[in-house]
Amino acid sequence: MNPALQAIVTIFIGVGGCVGYFWLSNQLLDKVLFPPRGPSAGRNINRANMIRPWLFLLPALAALGLYLAYPVVETLRLSLSERLPEGGYTWVGLENYRQMAAEPKFWEAMRNNMLWLIVVPAASTGFGLLAAQLTDRIGWGNIAKSLIFMPMAISFVGAAVIWKLVYDTRPAGQEQIGVLNAVWLTFDEGPVSFIVLKLLPALVLLICSALLVWGAWLLLRTVPALHARPGALALRGGLALAALWLGWALLSTIPPLLSARLPFGQPRTWLTIPFWNNFFLMAVLVWIQTGFAMVILSAALRGIPEETVEAAIVDGANPFQIFFRIKVPQIAGTIVVVWTTITIVVLKVFDIVFAMTNGQWQTQVLANYMYDKLFRTGDWGVGSAAAMVLMALVTPILVWNVWNARREMR
Amino acid sequence: MAGIVLDKLKKSYGGTEVLHGVNAEIADGEFVVIVGPSGCGKSTLLRMIAGLESVTEGEIRIGERVVNGLEPAQRDIAMVFQNYALYPHMSVRQNMAYGLKIRGLPKEEIDRRVEEAADILEIRDYLERKPRQLSGGQRQRVAMGRAIVRKPQVFLFDEPLSNLDAKLRVQMRLEIRRLQKRLGVTAVYVTHDQVEAMTLGDRLMVLNGGRSEQFGTPIELYERPQTTFVAGFIGSPAMNFLPATAEGGEVVLENGARLPGGTGAGRVRLGLRPEHLLADDGGPIRLQAILAEQLGASTLVHGTLEGTDSALVAALPGTRAVTEGEVLGFSVAPAQMHLFDGEGRRIG
Repeated sequence: MNPALQAIVTIFIGVGGCVGYFWLSNQLLDKVLFPPRGPSAGRNINRANMIRPWLFLLPALAALGLYLAYPVVETLRLSLSERLPEGGYTWVGLENYRQMAAEPKFWEAMRNNMLWLIVVPAASTGFGLLAAQLTDRIGWGNIAKSLIFMPMAISFVGAAVIWKLVYDTRPAGQEQIGVLNAVWLTFDEGPVSFIVLKLLPALVLLICSALLVWGAWLLLRTVPALHARPGALALRGGLALAALWLGWALLSTIPPLLSARLPFGQPRTWLTIPFWNNFFLMAVLVWIQTGFAMVILSAALRGIPEETVEAAIVDGANPFQIFFRIKVPQIAGTIVVVWTTITIVVLKVFDIVFAMTNGQWQTQVLANYMYDKLFRTGDWGVGSAAAMVLMALVTPILVWNVWNARREMR
Repeated sequence: MAGIVLDKLKKSYGGTEVLHGVNAEIADGEFVVIVGPSGCGKSTLLRMIAGLESVTEGEIRIGERVVNGLEPAQRDIAMVFQNYALYPHMSVRQNMAYGLKIRGLPKEEIDRRVEEAADILEIRDYLERKPRQLSGGQRQRVAMGRAIVRKPQVFLFDEPLSNLDAKLRVQMRLEIRRLQKRLGVTAVYVTHDQVEAMTLGDRLMVLNGGRSEQFGTPIELYERPQTTFVAGFIGSPAMNFLPATAEGGEVVLENGARLPGGTGAGRVRLGLRPEHLLADDGGPIRLQAILAEQLGASTLVHGTLEGTDSALVAALPGTRAVTEGEVLGFSVAPAQMHLFDGEGRRIG
């Protein structure tokens, strides 16, 4: 049969089956099980109404149970057992986790995941917010929005292929088809190169570092007022420490950056430069997720009452104060939802790394590590253990995300 | 303290002119109400004074300064918005303090001013609450508090009471008036409610289609409306308008009835306020009743001028039952007859 025809038939059977199920089960409930007739008609109606939601939920619950709940339990079981050479499984307790923890590649994946976790949601949300604010102010804003949103329509693998071309390398002397190398080769020892490649990045690092320190100070400033809640105190302290550490880390990269001797004139294989290649991979996800953040935040920005902005103008606030003190706080809930949603995407990132470097050159991430163990090494125990670690990391953020999203909707 | 001068003020959006040259001189400490139907340009005018809309042509002066090119914050004004425009993420105290904080006032001074304003408005107990925890009336007070703490030269109000229920509106109206008198600050107040306008304003500007129809005290506007629009807009129930002819010191109605008084000659429109029609069985104005609205203190009789289709309303003191088709006689004092020409301008 023609595949298109097959698809149509499948759709008809699927949709028809669903409609049939709901209609028939409803009929069964109303006509046969608890008919609204006879001496107990009232009670029957109440009973039928109590059962009906569960009846309608049943297919969804069954599918979720089969394809979501059961695999989780099974993965947990696999992560605690070892496959025997002669077939069957044996219980090994936490042995798989111990083995995994002893592997440097696992810790590399953990470290890279943390890096992704910080950079991608921050950059996507930041750029998205910037784009949302700016595109609302200009005439061709809607065209700009469409362009920024477009990468959302591209699959991660497709995006990875596109960006692989951006990072592509040809031997020196040949025409470079990778945009990044083409740009790179225009630089030399001159002052323009110094400004663009050293001064500007150093300044950006300095500003980021200053912002982080400022953020830490903001977090700590109100601490005395919080003495009644040790939980909030600990959270703030932890966040402030993390911000300070990150600020210091950024600051300490400035001197080596300024003193580095760059190999001008030679095409680079970008994806094999350890540490930095992580950022080249992250750029792909930021490119995709910025559109998502922009669309949601743009809607939120438009929901802000115009009068509060005008009141701020009358109060004498400048555009920056209006943006950061009046607008951003009013959409803080949405920002958190966008941030956590992207965080979850980031934790599960697999396709981009798989398609671009496959975890080589120190770019491994947890999801790709898991895939590596499960399907290439065939080590189901360790692979499942990695999956469980991934789930343990995602779950709290997911719960928080759902909680925030619900609060936003109220 | 400062007065405001509007000098041939015009505003256009694209090619459409919405304000066609408004002139006004508002004295220091005066309470001026701009009133008019929706779309007449009254909010635009207020927002131009505030600096939220640019001036297309003409000049705005606050005190001695021309403020056309100044930012809202530099104009020394405070504005109360229709929907209060409180910052939802800030407490009442922060809401009131924000403008002062931006100006860089010392913290003690800010606290002192906020608490002073909170005392005046009796919102001291809510200072640490968020706006969403307050009722409509309380939010309105906070919005006013935010205006007071800045100690501005001018208060601007953009229909601040339209979101309150009727009872609260009357109460807040009195409070705004009292507050303005107490602080002695010049105020410009925009509303579409003529009762609010009459009770609040030292002077009223009636705006219609982007033009100032009349600018004067409430009583002037009531007693000597300069146009049919003002005559119909001010006063409740609204003035009756009857086509008539003026000749030799008499006004002749459509049905031939003759009323002594009036000047001019030729076709005119005669304006009669319902409350000025005096019940007089032999009176020249014959009203054929359709129905009566009994308000307790007075009764409004709706009907037509006998023998014509012209609608006529009369207000009778006390309660009075009326049967449909009944004909009632009225007379009117010559001083209370308003005559308007074909363009709707007052004659005499």
